[in-house]
Amino acid sequence: MQTQTEAGWRLDLFLLPLIVFLGFCAGLSEAALSPDPAMAIQGWTFAACMAFIGCWYLWMYSSRQPADERGPYTDGVIKAGVVAAVFWGIAGMLVGLIIALQLCFPHIFYVPDWAWSSFGRLRPLHTSAVIFAFGGNVLIATSFYVVQRTCKARLWGGSLPWFVFWGYNTFIILAGTGYLLGITQAREYAEPEWYADIWLTIVWVSYLLTFLGAIWKRKEPHIYVANWFYLAFIVTIAILHIVNNLAMPVSLLDSKSYSLFSGVQDALIQWWYGHNAVGFFLTAGFLGIVYYFIPKRAERPVYSYRLSIIHFWSLIFIYIWAGPHHLLYTALPEWVQTLGMTFSIILWMPSWGGMINGLMTLSGAWDKLRTDPVLRMMIVSLAFYGMATFEGPAMSIKTVNALSHYTNWTIGHVHSGALGWVGYVSFGALYCLGPWLWKKKLYSNALVEWHFWISTLGIVLYITSMWVAGIMQGLMWRAYNDFGFLEYSFVEVVQAMHPYYIIRAIGGALYLAGALIMAYNLWRTARDGEPVPAALPHPVSNILAGEAA
Amino acid sequence: MHDWLERNSILLLIGILVVVAIGGAVEIAPLFWVNGTVEHVNGMRPYTPLELEGRNIYVREGCYLCHSQQIRTLRDEVERYGHYSLAAESEYDHPFQWGSERTGPDLARVGGKYSDEWHRAHLTDPRSVVPESIMPPYKMLGSTALDYRNIQKLLQANRRVGVPYSDDQIAHAKDDLEAQANPDSDGLEAFQKRYPKAQARNFGGDPSRVTELDAVIAYLQMLGTLVDFKTYKAQAPENRR
Amino acid sequence: METWAYEDVLAFAQSWGAVYFTVMFAVVLVYAFWPRNQKGFERAKRIPLDDEDF
Repeated sequence: MQTQTEAGWRLDLFLLPLIVFLGFCAGLSEAALSPDPAMAIQGWTFAACMAFIGCWYLWMYSSRQPADERGPYTDGVIKAGVVAAVFWGIAGMLVGLIIALQLCFPHIFYVPDWAWSSFGRLRPLHTSAVIFAFGGNVLIATSFYVVQRTCKARLWGGSLPWFVFWGYNTFIILAGTGYLLGITQAREYAEPEWYADIWLTIVWVSYLLTFLGAIWKRKEPHIYVANWFYLAFIVTIAILHIVNNLAMPVSLLDSKSYSLFSGVQDALIQWWYGHNAVGFFLTAGFLGIVYYFIPKRAERPVYSYRLSIIHFWSLIFIYIWAGPHHLLYTALPEWVQTLGMTFSIILWMPSWGGMINGLMTLSGAWDKLRTDPVLRMMIVSLAFYGMATFEGPAMSIKTVNALSHYTNWTIGHVHSGALGWVGYVSFGALYCLGPWLWKKKLYSNALVEWHFWISTLGIVLYITSMWVAGIMQGLMWRAYNDFGFLEYSFVEVVQAMHPYYIIRAIGGALYLAGALIMAYNLWRTARDGEPVPAALPHPVSNILAGEAA
Repeated sequence: MHDWLERNSILLLIGILVVVAIGGAVEIAPLFWVNGTVEHVNGMRPYTPLELEGRNIYVREGCYLCHSQQIRTLRDEVERYGHYSLAAESEYDHPFQWGSERTGPDLARVGGKYSDEWHRAHLTDPRSVVPESIMPPYKMLGSTALDYRNIQKLLQANRRVGVPYSDDQIAHAKDDLEAQANPDSDGLEAFQKRYPKAQARNFGGDPSRVTELDAVIAYLQMLGTLVDFKTYKAQAPENRR
Repeated sequence: METWAYEDVLAFAQSWGAVYFTVMFAVVLVYAFWPRNQKGFERAKRIPLDDEDF
C-alpha cells in the first residue's frame, strides 16, 4: 500500500533537517560565545538535542520507505508520544513529591550546597513536567491518533509529525534544565525564557500545520467534534504563548529577558494566559480525549452532538474572559475583576454541560463501569471535572476568594482538576492507546484496578488535606483576638500546616505509585501482551489503496 | 466540493480565532489606557542597578512561588502587611511579581521591617532565626560574587520596555552599583543624586566585594518603601479607579 | 484613538462586549438547533465508531 512515499524530492526532508541544522548552529554559537555560563549550558543542551534529531533523520530515512510511512496512518510517532508521556508523568510527579516533602521536612530535603535543589527552582520543574511534558505529550499523541482516525487521513507533511514530537520534547528538556540553572521568566506556567519560547513557536506552528493538514485531506465530510476541541487548544495556546511571552532579551547571548509589559497590565496578561492555559490546554485539549475515547471505549456515540456544539462554543467563548479572577482585591481596576468573576460563574454552565454529555454517553451501558476499569477511570475523571468546575466558579466569587486566595485551598483545587480530571482522563487514554497501537491485549486488568484504587485514595488524601489546610490558613490569617489585634503571627500559621503537608505528601506518593503501576502494565503490554487476532480487511486501507491505485 | 471542505475547516479556525481574540482584547485593551490617565504616584523611581540585580536573583530563585507582593484591600492584610498595594507601585516591574501563593508571608512592604543582619542570617539559614520556617536555605548568596558585567545592558533592556532610565543612569550603572554597596566610595554622592533617597550601605556584610547577598538584601530593603503614605491620598480623584 | 480617554474605552468595551456576547450565543444556538443540520450531526456522531482500522 503506497500512501505517501514518492521516490522523488520531498520538501519536508529538506526543510526540517535544515531547521534542525540551523538550530544546531545556533546552540553551538550560544555555547561558544555566551559570557553567561548558564546560557552556555543551554546552548550545549540544545545543540545536543538537535544533533540527536539530525541522527534520527539519517537513521529513519536511510531506507526508502521508513516504517512509519508504510501503514495507512502515521502511528509510530504516537507510540513515541505514549512512551514520552509515561516517562515525563512519572518524572514530574516524583519532583512534585520531593517538593511536597521539602515543605514537610525542610531539615532533610533541602541541600544548602545544591542551589538547583531549592523549592523555587524545583516547583516550576514539577508544574512544567506534569502540565507541559506529561499533558503535552498526551495531547500530541491523542490528537494525532484522533484526527487521523476521524478524518481517515494521514497527518500532513511526511516527517512533520516527528519533527513536532522531537521539537516539543527538546523544548521540555531546554525548559527543565533551564529552571535548574535558575533561568526563568518568573511568570507562572510560562517560565521558559525567550529562546525556548521562540523554539516552541516554531514547533507549535508545525503542530498546527500537520493537524490541520489531516483535516484538509479528510475523507469524511464532517469534522468530528473532538477535533474542534483539539484545534481550539492548538490555536489558542499559540495566541496565549506569543502574547504572554513578548519580552526584550538583554542580548542575543543572554538568557535573561524583561517582559514587554509591567505591573498591572503584566499581571492581567499573565493571568489571562495562566487561566486560559487551564482552559485551553488542560480543558479543551483533554475534552478532545473525552469526545473520542469515551464513545469509542463504550462503543456508543456521544450522548448529544447538539450539546457538544453548544458546549464547545460557549466554553471557548466564556473561558477567555475568566482570567481576572486570579487578581481579585488587587490593584487591578475593579470592573475587570467583576467581569472576570461574572464570566467565571457563567463558565460553570458549559463545563457541566460537557460533563453531562460525557457521562450520559454511558446511558444504557452503565454496567461497563464495573467490568472495564479503563472506562471507569475516564468516567471518574469527568466526575472530578464536574467537581473542579463547580469549585472554581465558587472560588472566583469575591467574598470566597477573599478567604481562599493565597492559601492551600487553591493548591487543593488545582490538584482535584490535575490529578482527578486531567490525570485520569490521560491514564484512560494511555490504557486505550497502548493496546491499540501495539496491537496487543492489555497485560493486566487487575493492575488497572490497583492503579485506580491506589491513586483514588491518593487524590482523596491530597485534596481533603489541602482543603482543610487552606481554609484553616485563610481563617487564621484573618482571626482577631479579644483586643482587636491579629490573633496569629504568620509563622504560627506555617506551623499549623505541618500535619496537612504530610498528609498531602502521602497522597502524592500514592498517586505516583499508581502511575508506576501503569507504566509497568503498559510496558508488559507492549513487550509480551497477547497479540490481537490478525488484521481484518478494513475500510480505511481500502480507501487509501483505492486512491493510490 | 473539496474546496468547500477546506473552507469549512478554515471557517472553524477563523471562528475560534475571532472568539478568542475579541474576548481577550475587550478585556485587556482598556488597561493600556490606564497609564495615560492615572496620576503618577510621588516617590516611584526605577530600581537602582544593585536593586535590579537583587530583583533578578529574586526572579531566578523563584521566590514569587511562595511569596506574594500584593497586599489586597482587606482589613487583616492591611493590618498585617501595611497599606494595600497600588497599581503604580509595580509600574516598573518587568515582570510583575504579585505572586499567587503565601506559603511564606507577603513581601510587598518588607523593606525596613528587619535589619540587614537578620536578612543575612535568614537567607543563609532560615531556621537559625525562625525555627518553624520551611523556607529553603540560600547559602550560596553570600559566597557568590555578584556578576554585574552586563549591568548596563540590563538597564538598557529595561529602558527599551519603558522604564525611564536616563542616559546618565545607564552610563554610570556600574559606578552606581558599586557605590550603593560600598558607602565609603567616592561615587556615593553622584549615586544619591541619580537615585534620590536610595539607601546605600554594605548590605551583605562582606566589605571586600559585592556579593549576591548584597543585591538581594538591597532589593528586599527597598520593597514598598518608595511611596510615602503620609502624603498619599487614596481618596483623591486621580487615585480612585 | 489618542483622544480616547480610559473611560471611553471602558464604556465601549462594556456595552459592545455585552451585545457581542448575546449575539454570539444566539448564533451558536441557531446553528445547533437548525433542523437541516440534524442529519449531519447524526452522521458525525458515529464517526468514532466507524473508524475501525483492524
